[in-house]
Amino acid sequence: MANSSTLKTTETADHELVAASAGGEVASFEKETLSLVEKTHRFFHANPTAAPAIVLLLAVIAFSIIIGERFLHPFNMSLILQQVTIIGILGIAQTLIILTAGIDLSVGAIMVLTSVIMGKMAIDIGLPAEIALLAGIAAGAIAGYINGILVTLFRLPPFIVTLGTWNIFFALNLWYSKSETIRSQAIEQTAPLLHWTGHTVEFFGAKLTYGSLLMVALFALIWYALNWTAWGKHVYATGDDPGAASLAGIRTNRILMSVYIVAGAICAIGAWALIGRIGSVSPQAGMTANLDSITAVVIGGCSLFGGRGSIFGTLIGALVVGVFRNGLALAGVDVLWQEFTVGLLIIVAVGMDQWIRKV
Amino acid sequence: MNKKSIVQAVMLATALSAPFAMAADKPVVGLITKTNTNPFFVKMREGAQHKADAMGIELRTFSGKFDGDNQSQVQAVENLISAGAKGILITPSDPAGIVPAIERAREAGLLVIALDTPLSPATAADATFATDNFKAGEMIGQWAAATLGDKAATAKIAMLDLNSSQITVDVARDQGFLKGFGIDLNDPDRIGDETDPRIVGNDVTSGAEEGGRRAMENMLQKDPEINVVYTINEPAAAGAYEALKSAGRADDVLIVSVDGGCPGVENVKDGVIGATSMQFPLRMASMGVDAILKFATTGEKPQTTEGLDFVNTGVELITDKPVSHIGAKSSSEGLTMCWG
Amino acid sequence: MNNDKATVLQARGLVKRYGHVTALDGADFDLYPGEILAVIGDNGAGKSSLIKALSGALVPDRGTVKLDNETVNFKSPMDARNAGIETVYQNLAVAPSLDIADNLYLGREQLRPGILGKVFRMLDKKAMHDNARQKLSELGLLTIQNINQAVETLSGGQRQGVAVARSAAFAKHVVIMDEPTAALGVKESRRVLNLIKDVRDRGLSVVLISHNMPHVFEVADRIHIHRLGKRHAVIKPDTHTMSEAVAIMTGAMDPHEHASGAFAA
Repeated sequence: MANSSTLKTTETADHELVAASAGGEVASFEKETLSLVEKTHRFFHANPTAAPAIVLLLAVIAFSIIIGERFLHPFNMSLILQQVTIIGILGIAQTLIILTAGIDLSVGAIMVLTSVIMGKMAIDIGLPAEIALLAGIAAGAIAGYINGILVTLFRLPPFIVTLGTWNIFFALNLWYSKSETIRSQAIEQTAPLLHWTGHTVEFFGAKLTYGSLLMVALFALIWYALNWTAWGKHVYATGDDPGAASLAGIRTNRILMSVYIVAGAICAIGAWALIGRIGSVSPQAGMTANLDSITAVVIGGCSLFGGRGSIFGTLIGALVVGVFRNGLALAGVDVLWQEFTVGLLIIVAVGMDQWIRKV
Repeated sequence: MNKKSIVQAVMLATALSAPFAMAADKPVVGLITKTNTNPFFVKMREGAQHKADAMGIELRTFSGKFDGDNQSQVQAVENLISAGAKGILITPSDPAGIVPAIERAREAGLLVIALDTPLSPATAADATFATDNFKAGEMIGQWAAATLGDKAATAKIAMLDLNSSQITVDVARDQGFLKGFGIDLNDPDRIGDETDPRIVGNDVTSGAEEGGRRAMENMLQKDPEINVVYTINEPAAAGAYEALKSAGRADDVLIVSVDGGCPGVENVKDGVIGATSMQFPLRMASMGVDAILKFATTGEKPQTTEGLDFVNTGVELITDKPVSHIGAKSSSEGLTMCWG
Repeated sequence: MNNDKATVLQARGLVKRYGHVTALDGADFDLYPGEILAVIGDNGAGKSSLIKALSGALVPDRGTVKLDNETVNFKSPMDARNAGIETVYQNLAVAPSLDIADNLYLGREQLRPGILGKVFRMLDKKAMHDNARQKLSELGLLTIQNINQAVETLSGGQRQGVAVARSAAFAKHVVIMDEPTAALGVKESRRVLNLIKDVRDRGLSVVLISHNMPHVFEVADRIHIHRLGKRHAVIKPDTHTMSEAVAIMTGAMDPHEHASGAFAA
């Protein structure tokens, strides 16, 4: 062991040399020079809602030029808002779930089931409309709870769970309603509160429904919850990296359950908006609502992989689809092209999301 | 023995054993609907079940998962063949696509009756029991024109159809309405190719309230002065009415529709719908079950209605504002005959 | 073994068995205030079980753990955290899409005072951001351009810096670091090692688990060598060489044969 001390000195000396030559800071955040593409990428990465917002703006401008005053008129603008209200509300529910890296194929089914429950309780059973409304919202929360339990306790993938509950809730809807419609006139007579979301208020030439205002209020509420409360941060963290989230002390199962329950209740509010819009309680309504809500979320820039996306992006996504549908219809374009356009928008949106996600 | 003859032997054995298996049981009749959600089909099924119970027949029901779901219907046909059914009643989702399966069923000796929608070609089925959808449209078209009187010449018409697929039911009702109103059809097998300036436009509703509302809103944006609305069915009409109500034009517009469902007839009573052509799905199903039983016992196949290549199950105009020379029934009478 | 100084974290006789496998076989552990103690051991020696027992991720079958001379019974990592022991995990446990301040406070967010906090549960973003900025600069993480930057846009060393800053910010006594330089290059490792020294200099004790001998020998005050489920030896970088440390760790050398003895003070 005679050489041990010399060996040690040499090692230490080497180390000190390396230590001396390396930079002193532990970590610094340097200024870099970026190309235009990189700058754009940075911008969109930091502001994922910018892309759909730009698309919306361009679409409104384009259709205004093509169609003219009839498109840009405040009445038509508020009409578009009305037309996207139901999908917008369901989109809020869908956004919450997609933020947790899940997906909910049952939002439409929950909406129709709760609308039938509200209608039947108010008209057939004769409960006061307020009670019927609350019963519907409670039913929505319970439906969400069922989804949540299957995802957290049984650890089943959300896609599969909600695929199953979609069918189950829909079947329950048909069974409870006997496939029968409750007419608008019957509801107007017995439980006009259910129509409240369809009533309008005039505003500088625009006709806004209480349903649309309710939708905007819900967006604002959920935006607050997601951005200004610890719960919101935990929702993002759980979707982004559940392992990291639980190591940080977040109870991810509780977060997931809360998200599914809230989403279910929101779907029931969507049911109230549905009754206000179509007047009747129809067990066949909302057939395409599931996929429409996902479309709004995706076009709005929310990542299907979870943890990223702004709730207002979904509102913009819904408006983009609404503007295109309305604009193309006013322009007299065949309905086929409306479907084509929506499909194109989805692919472009997902492609952009993939590019933006790259770090 | 080679593979082919083994298969044939097995099939022969199965075919021979089937009647032995079924001999002691009730005769089996299959009902395959497009979906089990549309009240039209729900009531059709109930009517068939009723008749089957009364006649001691075992009814097996199937349906597709959505309008256009051919695959489920094909499987249902195959199930019924191997179950040894005597006959099949089917509302085809894909009138052309279902034909090969239907041919197999007929080869196996089953009687196949198309309900509501003819197959493509119609002769692929032993018989078709359907509403004369063209006549249904024609009646409400005539009624609308007669109700407007002189104003029909300057009417503004919105056409609210089913979807963009140009299926027979959609085309027949749409074109029937236009003919009844007095508008040149151009190609009677195509929706939307007319040039009459009275037509403001066509839009699609998916046959439901939401679609009806949105289509009506968009049409009103194109021309706020619309005063006649043709709708593919009563749910779409109800949705269109909500849009008109919201625009404050509910009292100035004539809405016409087809179906004869009870909610729709109530809407006629309440003035939401001006006139509707009533169909008889229960009659369709009941006649269908009858025909199969007759075939099973006597081997006699059903005859088509004169002049048509299908058996007309009837259509009635329901309105509370009748016009002369168009036979109609009031909404109260309608409520005794309606379905749903 | 020096029993004169009070230990910050101490364990005696920890035992953990999984069926036939003995992970901890009467293991001891001593950590003094204001020191960096490296824990090294061959694969399967039981050092990760030891660390898990100290950080609450594992409940030993027998034995005691004392924090500041008071016996503690951690049932979960949260218990240890609440007692002031922070752990920097190997995978860092940061949420990539959230920003630096969010991550620093993840799981222990601060609410605004008064009604805004109690009723509306509003986050005190300004306070958290200011604190985050302060903590980072205290540790020499210079010139933070954008504390609102998402953590995923940072390099490996920068992320490690954030994770270390988080633990240093909340730890009351002990920070456990699991392989902090394992995924880093030479330059970034250098920076992180300096950061670890800074943490120690600010009064916290650091338990450093590492396979990297040069790094261990550079920063550690003492080195706990774990072998066969027990504390086998404790050496110091100025009394032992790296090759001797490795030899003791693998059993090639009997620690008692060394001039400084098996348990260097």
